[in-house]
Amino acid sequence: MHVPDWIVILIKSAILLLVVVTTFAYAMLAERKVLGWMQLRPGPNRVGPWGLMQPAADAAKLILKEDLTPKTADPLIYRLAPFISLLTAFSVYAIIPFGADSSGAWAIGNVNAGILLLMAITSIGVYGISLGGWASGSKYPLLGSVRATAQMISYELGMSLSFIGVLILAGTTSLDGIVNAQAHQWFIIPQILGFLIYIITAVAETNRVPFDLVEAETELVAGFHTEYSGLRFGLFFIAEYVNMLTVSCIATLLFLGGWNAPFGLAIVPGVVWFIAKVSFFMFFYMWLRATLPRFRYDRLMAFGWKVLLPLATLNLVITAIIVALKG
Amino acid sequence: MRKQLYNVGAILKGLSITFKFMFAKRPTIEYPSVKKQHAPRFHGLHELRRYADGKERCIGCELCSSACPANAITVIGAENSPENRKSPGERHAARYEIDELRCIFCGMCEEACPTDAIVLTPRFEMADYRRGSFIYAKDRLLVPPEAGVGTPPDERPNGIPADLGSVAEVKSTIDITAGYGATHRGEILKTQRRGLAG
Repeated sequence: MHVPDWIVILIKSAILLLVVVTTFAYAMLAERKVLGWMQLRPGPNRVGPWGLMQPAADAAKLILKEDLTPKTADPLIYRLAPFISLLTAFSVYAIIPFGADSSGAWAIGNVNAGILLLMAITSIGVYGISLGGWASGSKYPLLGSVRATAQMISYELGMSLSFIGVLILAGTTSLDGIVNAQAHQWFIIPQILGFLIYIITAVAETNRVPFDLVEAETELVAGFHTEYSGLRFGLFFIAEYVNMLTVSCIATLLFLGGWNAPFGLAIVPGVVWFIAKVSFFMFFYMWLRATLPRFRYDRLMAFGWKVLLPLATLNLVITAIIVALKG
Repeated sequence: MRKQLYNVGAILKGLSITFKFMFAKRPTIEYPSVKKQHAPRFHGLHELRRYADGKERCIGCELCSSACPANAITVIGAENSPENRKSPGERHAARYEIDELRCIFCGMCEEACPTDAIVLTPRFEMADYRRGSFIYAKDRLLVPPEAGVGTPPDERPNGIPADLGSVAEVKSTIDITAGYGATHRGEILKTQRRGLAG
């Protein structure tokens, strides 16, 4: 019996969506646990064994909370914004490959301009934050969304430039092509500078500590989502963690060889390596959050434009020269 | 540039510190399931003790009441009658009430008491929903007759002695509390207070 392609894709998408949402739930729990441990606390441990049912309890709480819309808000955009964030965060997973076998990469859609599409989609994500803050009709969200816009513009540039070094080395824009090009050597070694720049800009892209100026609870109450409550706040929350997962996946694909096993340890399947690498990055995010204080706003901009952008350009030029000389 | 490089070092150092702390021993006492060991003479909830023959130690002298810096203790004494002898002396406490919300748990009452009747136990879990519930009368302060003399405060071992148990247990085991339903307790105490005033 022949199953139409669209049904296969639909089923794949549903499964992947489920996986991503579950990952989000447990990434959140893991973050609270890791933060707790690093601050000498046990972290959530009351709901279920070892706190494992905490995400379910949180979800139930968020669903039951009242969904408020401020009087001064622009109702349509205000209500739409969380969905923009969430949709863009999820849609990236359509093109992220997380393993491969003889028949090709394991992804819902294997796009040949994968990395470009990926950047295009993730850039739309900031609209959710900007519009949400703008439409809230309140001062703190507005400041948060203005910051989000400025931060995205400054850091997206450095991020794109750090990608280009990898693209030059791999000679392809498709994500599985980039991973296959790393079969012998991961790009983290020739592109160490690019990798560092990517890691820093990725933190800024996902609005995480120390670049969480968009939320900045000590200055802006909660930044762009100050006015949001209940499930809509939950959607922003999911989007943030899914974006974290996305940038971890990208870092793994572009710099850490994706599903390629290190040291010839090919006995362990590639997917496991992929998950392990992504988990490391997720942990790194939590680790950073437990360690670093927030940047001052002007320092953030100065760092983006005066340090990261020139360094990324330098990295790009050096990579290009070396590749050109090698022929 | 030099300064920036120092900053990188500082960040790495910070990361190493937080990583080390992840495996450090955590000081958290997970309270409802694990209880802290208190100092041997921790000042907690009061109790009124008895002699070995079951008679009350309190003689209704009101010294505790006058010693109390927070005015938390109300004692109304009464004569013992030969057919109904509550304490060995001439008098006993007809009413003995401590407002645990006023109490500062200083232990002055314990020191003032000539018969060692009022003592502070290490029990501390007194949370309740009504203010009225914090006025502890004899029904909850007096140890049940079968509890005997109890251990004098100076000879207690570390922490909560085995014969004391928690407040919740005491509430449910003392038979004098029978008839004082939790819902009515506030009302009854209110009438008791009114009776005292009148």
